[in-house]
Amino acid sequence: MSAEFLYGVEVIINGLMAGVLYALVALGFVLIFKASGIFNYAQGVMALFAALTLVGIMEGQVPFSHIINATFGTDVHNFGWTVPALLAIALTLVVMIIFAWMVHTFVFKHLVGQEPIILFMATIGLAYFLEGIGDLMWGSDIKTLDIGIPQGGSMWVENLSKHLGGEDFYGFFIDKLDIVATIVAIVLVAGLIVFAQYTKQGRAMRAVADDHQAALSVGISLNFIWVLVWSLAGMVALVAGVMWGAKSGVQFSLSLIALKALPVLMLGGFTSIPGAIVGGLIIGVGEKLFEYMIGPMVGGATENWFAYVLALLFLVFRPQGLFGERIIERV
Amino acid sequence: MLYREAGDFKTTYAEDSQTFPIKFDRWRYWAVLAIAWLVIPFFVNDYWANAILVPFLIYSIAAIGLNILTGYCGQVSLGTGGFMAVGAYAVYKLMTAFPDVSILIHVVLAGLITAVVGAAFGLPSLRIKGFYLAVATLAAQFFLVWLFNKVPWFYNYSASGQISAPERFVGGIAVTGAETAPWAQYLICLAFVTICAVMARNLTRGSLGRQWMAIRDMDIAAEIIGVDPLRAKLTAFAASSFFIGIAGALFFAVYLGAVEVGEAFGIQKSFLVLFMCIIGGLGSIFGSFAGAAFLVLLPVALKVLGVDILGWPSSTVAHLQLVAVGGLIMFFLIKEPHGLAQLWRVTKEKLRLWPFPY
Repeated sequence: MSAEFLYGVEVIINGLMAGVLYALVALGFVLIFKASGIFNYAQGVMALFAALTLVGIMEGQVPFSHIINATFGTDVHNFGWTVPALLAIALTLVVMIIFAWMVHTFVFKHLVGQEPIILFMATIGLAYFLEGIGDLMWGSDIKTLDIGIPQGGSMWVENLSKHLGGEDFYGFFIDKLDIVATIVAIVLVAGLIVFAQYTKQGRAMRAVADDHQAALSVGISLNFIWVLVWSLAGMVALVAGVMWGAKSGVQFSLSLIALKALPVLMLGGFTSIPGAIVGGLIIGVGEKLFEYMIGPMVGGATENWFAYVLALLFLVFRPQGLFGERIIERV
Repeated sequence: MLYREAGDFKTTYAEDSQTFPIKFDRWRYWAVLAIAWLVIPFFVNDYWANAILVPFLIYSIAAIGLNILTGYCGQVSLGTGGFMAVGAYAVYKLMTAFPDVSILIHVVLAGLITAVVGAAFGLPSLRIKGFYLAVATLAAQFFLVWLFNKVPWFYNYSASGQISAPERFVGGIAVTGAETAPWAQYLICLAFVTICAVMARNLTRGSLGRQWMAIRDMDIAAEIIGVDPLRAKLTAFAASSFFIGIAGALFFAVYLGAVEVGEAFGIQKSFLVLFMCIIGGLGSIFGSFAGAAFLVLLPVALKVLGVDILGWPSSTVAHLQLVAVGGLIMFFLIKEPHGLAQLWRVTKEKLRLWPFPY
């Protein structure tokens, strides 16, 4: 096989890995959208906030230290201890659950029954709010997140694939982190599906997604389910935040992956979990391949817009996405 | 007592259908115009012009533009930053290509060019609705910014990739470039704001505006009563982009002077203008002004309070500003989804009955 072709294959594999991460973020969107009709723009910022909190807890930072220092003239930064990764993850989960409860109680409970677009704008406000809070709590400098995930190119894959090509082919370069992320994502999705299909709360969640009023009439607590889905979305955000944070550091740009997840959702349809995964893979492979083949001709950096234009063109032909429910409109 | 229709007899159809049916409102309108045109220019200094007045005026035009699309026609757009960039680059290319033509004409032409681009990006709105459209307009945002970054023709092959406005004069007075006096900056923006606001107000009152509102309220029902959705949506995109393009052109040429596209017209700008529309009030021209004023004044007020009075570091205040803006958005959506404009409407309603409410 020619090296050219094999490099193309490598691009596709890397695209698939990136796609898995997009799908991970998109999954959080789908969960909340199905259960409450809220299109949660803040999902990306939730990932950032979760990652910031995780780093902050692990390093024993004092929350809001900047404000405390500025107001009282003190100079506190750290508690002076470090927390092991697993415990820190558990604590971060608790924070995300509290956050879910607060978001529901103080904001979205009061917006039940509003138009979807109003809810969407509220989540944009939430995104700003959370971004500011995250920075105030933990500071806005770039942090490295190290919870022991292996990084760097995988020699094993490289050696294994070396003999496929000729002289000028050195094997596939695949980041170990991407492999771990893929495995984690698969486990997470499987876990979510099992949860939704086989547990009592999962079924209640699906019932709410189907029909609020019918669910209410058989005794399902809407408030509880909504807090539950926000917590689940917080958990997905934490996983996404850890993966992206380990890859490129915990910083503001992490919240921009939410924007990348939007075309994924449009492709896959807002209401479909398989759609989010397939859409993520298509976007991941598509933008990497486009950048590899067409990018050099038009000056590169096409990854910024390719996903959106692809989704836009796609939607013109199929407005509900790949797996979305058919849109039926009545007067 | 003053705020009454009673006693104000209308004897012609023109009087009957005027913009401000109440006498007090008309006086107020002329008073505001008189103060803006005849008083402020004499007192404006560099700080007021640069920190508050000029950005307020320019964002007002942008907010009016977005309000036409989102507030009146119901099509949520996140591409405002991209369309402002089109206006900015259009005016830059025109200014450098035809240095002898007046900048006023260039700005209007830039608006028209943006209108064409906006209508093109509005085409998918015929198939795509709601969120899907909001996300689709992101395509415009990212693609346009990328385009202006990557194609050197747009920035005249300058080494830095920036565009900077050459000096231009209106009636012998510099309005762009480094030598511009604050009052000249202020007045040229005010001129465009006045014209745009009158235009927008009358557009939305007329047949076209009613078509937009019918589409917003329910597009299928609107189609049944004879509104052509193609025409209504595309005109909304075009009119909206026209104003946004003018705002972008002024933002670049008059306010900033030199622009790096990703920084000045990024996605944050789209959200900022959208927030102005929400806080001010969707579907209201007054709301566009109120929202722009609010979001221009808020950072200034927070900076004065946080940095100058409390002595906090400016980065902390910048983060607090995010919290405040986000919190206010949620607060407004919960308490008053129709924004500041609705508060104003309620006040007027109360004034009408004052001092004997029932």
